[in-house]
Amino acid sequence: MSDEPQESLITDEMQASIGKDSEITTLEIDKTSVRMFARSVGYTDPVYYDEEAAQAAGYRSLPAPPGYLGTPLYDPNKRSARPTQVALEPSRPLKRMLNGGTDIEYLADICAGDVLTSTSAVSSIEERLGRLGEMLITTTKTTYRNQHGEIVAIMTGTGIRY
Amino acid sequence: MSASWDNVHEGMEIPTLTKNCSTQQLVYWAAGSGDFYQIHYDHNFARATGLENIIVHGALKHAFLGQLLHDWVGNEGSVKRVGCSYRGMDFPDQDIQCKGIVTRKYEEAGERLVDVEIWTENPDGVKTSPGTGTVRLP
Repeated sequence: MSDEPQESLITDEMQASIGKDSEITTLEIDKTSVRMFARSVGYTDPVYYDEEAAQAAGYRSLPAPPGYLGTPLYDPNKRSARPTQVALEPSRPLKRMLNGGTDIEYLADICAGDVLTSTSAVSSIEERLGRLGEMLITTTKTTYRNQHGEIVAIMTGTGIRY
Repeated sequence: MSASWDNVHEGMEIPTLTKNCSTQQLVYWAAGSGDFYQIHYDHNFARATGLENIIVHGALKHAFLGQLLHDWVGNEGSVKRVGCSYRGMDFPDQDIQCKGIVTRKYEEAGERLVDVEIWTENPDGVKTSPGTGTVRLP
């Protein structure tokens, strides 16, 4: 290791990607996917399993539990809908990746039967020298809209590469 | 009993939710969330990346904190925001205690809101996913 100041990990291409919206991802919410998600977390509240219980509680259908923002449409014949910024490589290779955090703000109910569309944009890229060595911290904001065009959730995710 | 506006006060603890993930639960979560990264269910893969064991998904801990708030407010209220950072790893077959303390009770735009400091705690008492949440009460 030399003490020479090193070139930034953040390439011009990465810098230019900040604030640019990704392509749209379509996500479906159905009763089976809500039940599966609720079961995997360990919920016992009947609103996540029984549509009558959900409607009696005032929901249109089974509500999406916190953390569930639909399942992206999967088609092996189409190229991955991953946001393009994920693929951008820093100026020096960083092999490992960690999920740094998740923050979701809910603006309206999301229920089975809804079809969401999301777009994400990188809001910041920072580099830091930490206990894992050189780290690149990327904050991404994803906005989810329902079939009526209403914004239903905003997710802020932090990714750490090191 | 769900939380009620009159009974909530700043500084109060909300009921703890204790989780303990079997490896099977991590597989359910992989399917439920669509996160199939092998460090969460394949021991050999996890070891090859330098981990000593498979680890609990960060997003599952975020969802546990969502359940902590949902179970507390019930369906009369709602969860408006849940956020946490992933500071430490949790492993299968170990208790993960999800806890919260009310930090603020206020009315805004006609809604009764409560901010809660939330976190997951490992068996050594370390906060592995500290965060904050906001709920709406009836």
